[in-house]
Amino acid sequence: MTTPRPSSPPPLRSSTEERRGDPGQRTPDNHVDHVLGLADDALVSAQRMGWWISRAPQLEEDLALANIGLDLLGQARALLSHAGALEGQGRGEDDLAYWRDERDFRNVKLVERPQEDFGVAMARLLVLSTWQSELYAALQRSTDPVLAAVAAKAAKEVAYHHDHATRWVLRLGDGTPESHARMQAALDAEWPWIEELFDESHLDPALVTDGVAVAPSSLREPVLRRLGDVVRSATLEVPDVPARVPGGRAGLHTEHLGRMLAEMQHLTRSHPGATW
Amino acid sequence: MYGNDFSAPDGPRPATDAGPGPDEPASFLAVLAEEGRIEPRDEMPEAYRRTLVRQIAQHAHSEIIGMQPEGNWISRAPSLRRKGILMAKVQDEAGHGLYLYAAAETLGVDRADLLDQLHDGRQKYSSIFNYPTLTWADMGAIGWLVDGAAIVNQVPLCRCSFGPYARAMVRVCKEESFHQRQGFEILHTLSHGTPAQRAMAQDAVDRYWWPSLMMFGPTDTGPDASAGHTAQSMAWGIKRFSNDELRQRFIDMTVPQAEALGLTLPDPELRWNDERGHYDHGRIDFTELFEVIKGNGPCNAERMAHRVRAHEDGAWVREAAEAYAAKRTQEQEHVA
Ligand SMILES: [Fe+2]
Ligand SMILES: [Fe+2]
Repeated sequence: MTTPRPSSPPPLRSSTEERRGDPGQRTPDNHVDHVLGLADDALVSAQRMGWWISRAPQLEEDLALANIGLDLLGQARALLSHAGALEGQGRGEDDLAYWRDERDFRNVKLVERPQEDFGVAMARLLVLSTWQSELYAALQRSTDPVLAAVAAKAAKEVAYHHDHATRWVLRLGDGTPESHARMQAALDAEWPWIEELFDESHLDPALVTDGVAVAPSSLREPVLRRLGDVVRSATLEVPDVPARVPGGRAGLHTEHLGRMLAEMQHLTRSHPGATW
Repeated sequence: MYGNDFSAPDGPRPATDAGPGPDEPASFLAVLAEEGRIEPRDEMPEAYRRTLVRQIAQHAHSEIIGMQPEGNWISRAPSLRRKGILMAKVQDEAGHGLYLYAAAETLGVDRADLLDQLHDGRQKYSSIFNYPTLTWADMGAIGWLVDGAAIVNQVPLCRCSFGPYARAMVRVCKEESFHQRQGFEILHTLSHGTPAQRAMAQDAVDRYWWPSLMMFGPTDTGPDASAGHTAQSMAWGIKRFSNDELRQRFIDMTVPQAEALGLTLPDPELRWNDERGHYDHGRIDFTELFEVIKGNGPCNAERMAHRVRAHEDGAWVREAAEAYAAKRTQEQEHVA
């Protein structure tokens, strides 16, 4: 164990609720939070995707899932660095990734649950990549130029993720009776978490007015339509299941996130101030 | 293994060791004499073909089993940059597996069969991957020492007499040298970091040094030489140097790098021999290697269980992909 160097991360911020300004009035913190939310979606997804490397159904898929994980990690790094810069307290990507606790993570709950079934992994990737492709397409016109640039690059990446997930959902849905049943079960498991993607209760409306952010609710129609198209072509049914309560954007997560972060952050936190 | 071909002395001998005999076609011998390349459609002795299948398959298996010890640290990499580099490295190893299975397939076998032979223990993989990765520094030691040893073994294979294997090795070696540099860089950062990081780096090198030397296989020159495939493989232009020559080359290359890292190698007898123009080293305890090859290494059971589980858990997915493809073919035939 080492003593922290002067450059060790500053104390964690207090929770969002205390920092948030009056709704309708864009504050730098709300802007940071918004970027952090997108960064954490990508980071947590990358972390879950990393699990598959060496465990995929075939070697080609180990390669493909590693590619997707690397893309998501790259998006996370760019967005975390941007959030740190906007925040202006000298925190970089690793400070934000490794030194925030679960209540300070802003990702949606869709991405944080374990995905150790291939059908679940592909169902989730389909949902995530469909939503991200609509989101990043719109964010390319963000008035935040860094966000716009990240979105432009990410849009191409998530188009590939979407294509990859679509192919698998088709194969598994219209493959064998077993794969059909498993793929349907995977969709049923992921669908309740979709609605949170469109939840606006934790987004400062001023960010939308100012053209920094995209109104989440505006993505509902295209995302659900595209998802429905893929699901029906795969001879599957669009699940009719109640939505789970949102909360990830406010730091209210499932119990899975804490465990995931404990594993992800443990080594770094055991050596405060160390560089790697 | 891992670009080499040997087994435990008391283990089952592969039945492919027929010496050069009457079944070696003149065209084959002519290509060998010119140091040319044998291509899949060329005539070749059956024993040559079987030796290559075994060696290339073992090499491919080593690449994919080798994903596990490093995959073990993807979730815990201590910075996002390191996480990305590690994910890309493990992905590269999967790619190496793919090239190599494809090279083996040119000899008339198929990947699914080779995987079955890996899973039921008929074919082996490199013993080095049966050691655990206990700390982050092991990512450095593996990159530096294990990928480093793999390069020394594999560079001569770029001139292997079998064309597809030689060409696969050219691509693989380029990436392995990146891996080696990345491993060196991890250790360099650790050895120049905090006392705890430095201790972590030294411990990893202490644990991986001897197993890395054993990657070259048992002694195959001098009075201690064990009977192996070396002579036959050299005659066939598959192997270009003895295990001992390659091991010496690796040691000579690595000792100065260890000095640059400021880390010690755990061999008190390691010293420069002016007369030989090489480093002398202590005796290698090959009984450990043979135990690991026989399945008694620290992680043999875990590595196999992980691999078999991934394969079995993926069976429904592969079956679905086949069924889906068959339906599409049927549809097309219907239209046509
Ligand atoms: Fe490799
Ligand atoms: Fe490598």
